[in-house]
Amino acid sequence: MNKKNKSVVSYNKWGYIFLLPFLITFIVFQLIPLLSTIKNSFYEHYMSGLTEVGPNWVGIANYKKLFSDGDIWKYMENTMIMWIMGFVPQIVVSLLLAFWFSDPSMRLKGQRFFKTVIYMPNLIMASAFAMLFFTLFADSGPINSMLVSMGILKEPFKFMNSVTSVRVLVASMNFLMWFGNTTILLLAGMMGISSSLYEAAEVDGANSTQVFWRITMPLLRPILIYVMITSLIGGLQMFDVPQILTNGKGDPMRTSMTLIMFLNNHLYSKNYGMGGALSVFLFVVTGVLSFIIFKFSGNEDKYGKK
Amino acid sequence: MQVNMIEEKQKGGIRTRRTIAYIVLILFSILCLFWFYVLLINATRTHGDLGRGFTAIPSTHLIENLTNLFHGTIPVLQGMLNSVIVSVCTAALCVYFSAMTAYAIHAYEFKLKQFLFMFILAIMMIPTQVTALGFLQLIDKLHMMDSFVPLIVPAIASPVVFFYMKQYMDGALPLELLEAARIDGAGEIRIFNTIVIPLMVPAMAVQAIFSFVSSWNNYFTPALVLKSDTKKTLPILIALLRGADFLKFDMGQVYAMIAFSIFPVIIVYLILSKYIVGGLAAGSVKG
Repeated sequence: MNKKNKSVVSYNKWGYIFLLPFLITFIVFQLIPLLSTIKNSFYEHYMSGLTEVGPNWVGIANYKKLFSDGDIWKYMENTMIMWIMGFVPQIVVSLLLAFWFSDPSMRLKGQRFFKTVIYMPNLIMASAFAMLFFTLFADSGPINSMLVSMGILKEPFKFMNSVTSVRVLVASMNFLMWFGNTTILLLAGMMGISSSLYEAAEVDGANSTQVFWRITMPLLRPILIYVMITSLIGGLQMFDVPQILTNGKGDPMRTSMTLIMFLNNHLYSKNYGMGGALSVFLFVVTGVLSFIIFKFSGNEDKYGKK
Repeated sequence: MQVNMIEEKQKGGIRTRRTIAYIVLILFSILCLFWFYVLLINATRTHGDLGRGFTAIPSTHLIENLTNLFHGTIPVLQGMLNSVIVSVCTAALCVYFSAMTAYAIHAYEFKLKQFLFMFILAIMMIPTQVTALGFLQLIDKLHMMDSFVPLIVPAIASPVVFFYMKQYMDGALPLELLEAARIDGAGEIRIFNTIVIPLMVPAMAVQAIFSFVSSWNNYFTPALVLKSDTKKTLPILIALLRGADFLKFDMGQVYAMIAFSIFPVIIVYLILSKYIVGGLAAGSVKG
């Protein structure tokens, strides 16, 4: 008995050994960078031409400047507007499609084909997709030439010069890239709802609208919250699409400039102090959102105990 | 009589709903495919053709456009090669070490196990962007700027992939199997490499695809790390193309380049779609 216990202990040290690569990599490439990012946010440190200014300890001056400048709120607003414009249609369409896919009485054929097609844009290189949209919607691009030749437009519409059309293009690309993914997630959630509930509803004579609002939606709530908050976290990181579409400028008049594009500008110009403060702000926002998922999805018990 | 009527009505309702569902699904499928169709058509046409507006029929200049592209000023083939190197190495390290991390939590009992497990789940959502500043300073200090190493090695710590592997192991790796191997005198590393890894192949394949694709498409970090032209990956070259004086470019080549970045992934996806779409739902619901 004693001998057996001893051998179990000596096996179990392997748990730590096998965790080492993960922990070392995490510490070196994420934790240390995170800590030094936080440290940077308290220093004045930037490049003025070729001369380096700082680092000088300035306390929370960078944060004060960041929040009083107004730029951050403007970019936050841009990011949120474009996220909402993409997310609302995405969740509506995904719920509808997933509800149809999961409804046994519909017996939809070709489900695999449709799922394959609608998920496909998710795997496309976002920068190439944005470049594609840029060329297609260029003043002399194919979309304009189609619209003009069909008589819908009299002359080419300058998509890149209008606040609304640039935002709509960004939101549409995000919608196209993510609605298939969301549909498949929601579908998996709907398939997990016990079929006896649906059968009972059918016996009671409920129609499909009632079934959807009274059974599917309430039981889907944890997954809906998960989808919404992960999408919001993803939305805050919106970068590739507007960056490439507007060549990093956020045209017109910085109305499509997102928070990460703002951060990217600081990183390029080596403005470490302000970049650090912005990073910490984004880190805190993401942390709060992740905590909400953790609390609401009620999964702690499921993962925690074996 | 009345029951019959209700049934009839319900049948009719289902039929209408099914028709609507098909119409909506077909519309959204067209919406997804339309852009790639236009891309494919335009990649086969010459600059002159493209200037004369859009046609629905492909032309015959695809090879010509690609040849021009490969001999042009943008190092596309080198970029492709760089992308392949980075993505393959990233995917390999990511799945192997994520399986190893999951195995550590799955198969052993140790004091900090619960804490470390919760810790890995807690860091799952930290976006790479918020640590990018410190990351860049660090790799500058380590003299790893303009190298592939800082793009590849961090994949060893991938909490999301770890979580997927852990979920898969719960169902696919009975601890009795490990006991049996130990009685036969196999060492722990050997057990992991010869017994655990083969059992994990389906999960590793799915995650390798996802990890490959996300590395292939990654633009933010590589753009900050890679400086010299010979090191640049495809997304950075796309951004260069966007930054260049666009209207002077041969549009046939522009479309060929976009097609060249997008279609390899689409082809692989269409071949493996069964596993990808299935694997996606299996892993992420529980997350």
